[in-house]
Amino acid sequence: MHRDSDRFKLFSRRAALLGGGQALLLSGLVARMYYLQVVESDRYKTLADENRINFRLLPPPRGRILDRNGLHLAVNQQNYRVVLIREQTPDIAKTLQALGALIRISKSDQKRILREVKRKRSFVPVTVRENLTWEEVARIEVNTPDLPGVMIDVGQSRNYPDGADMAHVLGYVAAVSEAELTGDPLLELPGFRIGKAGVEKVHDLALRGSGGTSQIEVNALGRVIREISRREGEPGADVHLSIEKDIQKAASIRMGEESASAVVMDIHTGEVLALASTPSFDPNAFDKGLSAEDWRALTNNPRAPFSNKAIAGQYSPGSTFKMVVALAALEKGVISPSQRVFCQGHTELGDAKFHCWKRDGHGLMDMSAAISQSCDVYFYEIARRTGIERIASMARRFGMGETLNLDLPGESKGLVPDPAWKRATVGGPWHPGETLLAGIGQGYILTTPLQLAVMMSRLVNGGRAVFPRLTHSVTGVPEDVPRETPDNLGVNPAYLKIIRDAMAAVVNDPSGTAYRSRIDTPGMTIGGKTGTSQVRRISRAEREVGVVKNEDLPWEQRDHALFVGYGPIESPRYAISVVVEHGGSGSRAAAPVARDILREVIRRDPVSAPPAGAETVTASKAEGQPWE
Amino acid sequence: MGMNLEKFNQPQLSIGQKLLHLNWGLVLIVGVIAGAGFAMLYSAANGNVDPWASRQMVRFGAGFLIMIAAALIDIRHWMRLAYPLYVLGLALLVLVEFRGTIGMGAQRWINLGLFQLQPSEVMKVTLVLALARYFHGGTPENIGRLTFLIPPLLMVVAPVVLVLKQPDLGTAIMLTIAAGALFFLAGARMWIFAIVGGAGLAAIPVGWQFLHAYQKKRVLTFLNPESDPLGSGYHIMQSKIALGSGGLFGKGFMLGSQSHLNFLPEKHTDFIFTMFAEEFGLVGGLALLGLYALILVYGFGIALRSRSHFGRLLAMGVSSTFFVYIFVNIAMVMGLIPVVGVPLPLVSYGGTALLSLMFSFGLLLSVYIHRDIAIGRRGLVDDD
Repeated sequence: MHRDSDRFKLFSRRAALLGGGQALLLSGLVARMYYLQVVESDRYKTLADENRINFRLLPPPRGRILDRNGLHLAVNQQNYRVVLIREQTPDIAKTLQALGALIRISKSDQKRILREVKRKRSFVPVTVRENLTWEEVARIEVNTPDLPGVMIDVGQSRNYPDGADMAHVLGYVAAVSEAELTGDPLLELPGFRIGKAGVEKVHDLALRGSGGTSQIEVNALGRVIREISRREGEPGADVHLSIEKDIQKAASIRMGEESASAVVMDIHTGEVLALASTPSFDPNAFDKGLSAEDWRALTNNPRAPFSNKAIAGQYSPGSTFKMVVALAALEKGVISPSQRVFCQGHTELGDAKFHCWKRDGHGLMDMSAAISQSCDVYFYEIARRTGIERIASMARRFGMGETLNLDLPGESKGLVPDPAWKRATVGGPWHPGETLLAGIGQGYILTTPLQLAVMMSRLVNGGRAVFPRLTHSVTGVPEDVPRETPDNLGVNPAYLKIIRDAMAAVVNDPSGTAYRSRIDTPGMTIGGKTGTSQVRRISRAEREVGVVKNEDLPWEQRDHALFVGYGPIESPRYAISVVVEHGGSGSRAAAPVARDILREVIRRDPVSAPPAGAETVTASKAEGQPWE
Repeated sequence: MGMNLEKFNQPQLSIGQKLLHLNWGLVLIVGVIAGAGFAMLYSAANGNVDPWASRQMVRFGAGFLIMIAAALIDIRHWMRLAYPLYVLGLALLVLVEFRGTIGMGAQRWINLGLFQLQPSEVMKVTLVLALARYFHGGTPENIGRLTFLIPPLLMVVAPVVLVLKQPDLGTAIMLTIAAGALFFLAGARMWIFAIVGGAGLAAIPVGWQFLHAYQKKRVLTFLNPESDPLGSGYHIMQSKIALGSGGLFGKGFMLGSQSHLNFLPEKHTDFIFTMFAEEFGLVGGLALLGLYALILVYGFGIALRSRSHFGRLLAMGVSSTFFVYIFVNIAMVMGLIPVVGVPLPLVSYGGTALLSLMFSFGLLLSVYIHRDIAIGRRGLVDDD
């Protein structure tokens, strides 16, 4: 037995050692637990919250774009889409088949859905189709019991009710590209759209608003468990434009499929009522994403549907430039309104021969007749007398050669040539013949339809430097308050009256070039000036056998047709410019369009009460006419 | 020390008497801890008895019966059965090598139709039984001889190698440590441990080569968990976050956000202690640890009161194994040691582990009931 007691002693000793070791280790665990749960507890609580709480951005609804009367130009539309949630769908193929019996699902969509279903987590909805009609929504809703995991989801998409008619003003929105990421987390939201052109682009920040945040509790897989708190964002601001929807649409429809543009302005305030460019494109298509095919069709069209010709198109102004030349001549005193120039159909300068559009000549022409009948020889003569420097400076005073800071992207500067410019770019000295060409708005000179409308406004608003503007206000806050009275250009009002009366004669005198486009209705009469600008050189040989008629030329070689106009004559309020590319002649192709648009404009403005700024016009009338 | 003397010392007890003599305190603690386990499994399933709590209760019921049955069986029978049971366990390990089911990247289970048997869990008990049986016959003299230590060493090496092949590093380490405890208690010389320990350390670089990639990764991750927070360091980081955020009093039953939002991996098995500590805080964790410590104390008491050396070794072996499990699991979830797949006894969801644990408690109770039976060093050869 004593051997066993020895053994027991050894065992007890060893057991005590073991027990002591275990107790030590257990206290180690206790210490560790204390360290984690008491000493470091706060740190781990923070980490735990970071784990489970996610911030989610709430995209703000985009601001609307409204016309001057508050009519909707760009709005957000409920976009009903049908989504599929994998984890609630026992058999995806079967469900898709059942769904396919109710709404059309294309082959490519089906492939995409199956791909996304595999890639995304089981609780993330996969879009089956967007932009469902009400009927389709109803059909799905009725059949929901047979469609497990299928849900109708409401999103927002941008809608332009007027489609192509407004496209060049409004622009469009589309998905954010890599290069456009600025660090604003909103831009990284899937499906977020930003303005890519037009007003949508210029006022994108205001229209966008600011995102809200939602604190949500998520589990380790990212599944949302509940919303903890929510801070609503700032919805995008509404942008009110000076555009008048109906006028814009009328202009757009009137121009039809011509490659043309029209600008209608308030001559006193500079508000742009219409800024149309045709042909156009459907901005609604960009929200959904344009197919490569459609994109090619649009970009390859020779009539350039994407180009906003009203501000980006640059054309020789042709005869519409003659008023500027006349004013420059009057101001220099090289001619008086009643002084006459003889037109025999051409004039000569050195070896060169300069032709009038009227082969047989106009005979004796004073300024008014020269404008109303658009005599080229008269303007060759006074341009020669005036010199290019004076003409260029007058052109600049009337808004040419520089952008006019309309709040739209893509405005062209046009070109007002002078000897310095020529030396710097083309090289070589300025030829006197080039001055003669400038006298009839040909040669180097280029203007945009917007510049032409501004020129027209300044001609008939009493010579004030009005600037065009498109934005009335951004959510009630006036964007750029028009100056009470724009700066005076310092042109003698009497000269302006002469020009204005001559322009009235263009349309209303039987000899005027635009007589066919007159409006007889009292109070709605209009004045203006036609212009036809050559896009090809007419050779001497061709001139001898007879100039080929526009109708017989291929479209790209036909002359551009221009018309600038104003109305009503009694108390001018609106200016217009119309350019029909390769339209043939200004009087035939552009003037009727301008007349029809102006009639719409004036008809919609029955209150003929002259607005602020009109006094200058009446005042200038009272000043009398020194040459009569 | 003839058999007559033993029979004289130990009156035969009837089953009813044995039940009365059962250590009900120990049974109660086991029940309380298992109850806490059910509650955690209920919480882990977000307030459902399915799929874990209900099954665990059934298993515990079965385990309870096994425990009582094992407790009532005479300790001499257990001593007689020690080697056969060890051989059976070893056979099962060999069987799983050839016929086992692959699960979690390792071959660990044998499908018995009704349930999946994990032979390595069985081995934990049978190895202790066999070693206790062997050392029962050792005297302080011959335990000092190396030749005497060779057979038990082989008894340890055989299952350890088989378990390593599965591969199941965790269980292999458990077996080795539990066996080491028995060698220690049996009186093996300290310098042997020193030599074996030194050799073990020296073998680490060699052994490293034999580790599977995921095992190496676990060790490396343990050394620097923040290096790969979304990879394999994820488990440790998330476990520490859940545990630490529990604070002093916890977030409340069923309110452990980290566990319930699934940031915590394996919350119903290996990481269940984290969930417990997240929901009940330091106070709850210490209480659970206290209950475990109480079981260990019972184990010591029972071992010291046993009159047979086999009983002492068996009791200490069982409680030491139990301790190793508790320590390794809790130290792992708190980031003190690398992640090894070791369940928390009585609480983690698991079949064979619970049953073999209950069986080992049954053995412990058997030692307690039959504490006054002295068994000669030569064992049972001339007994009965």
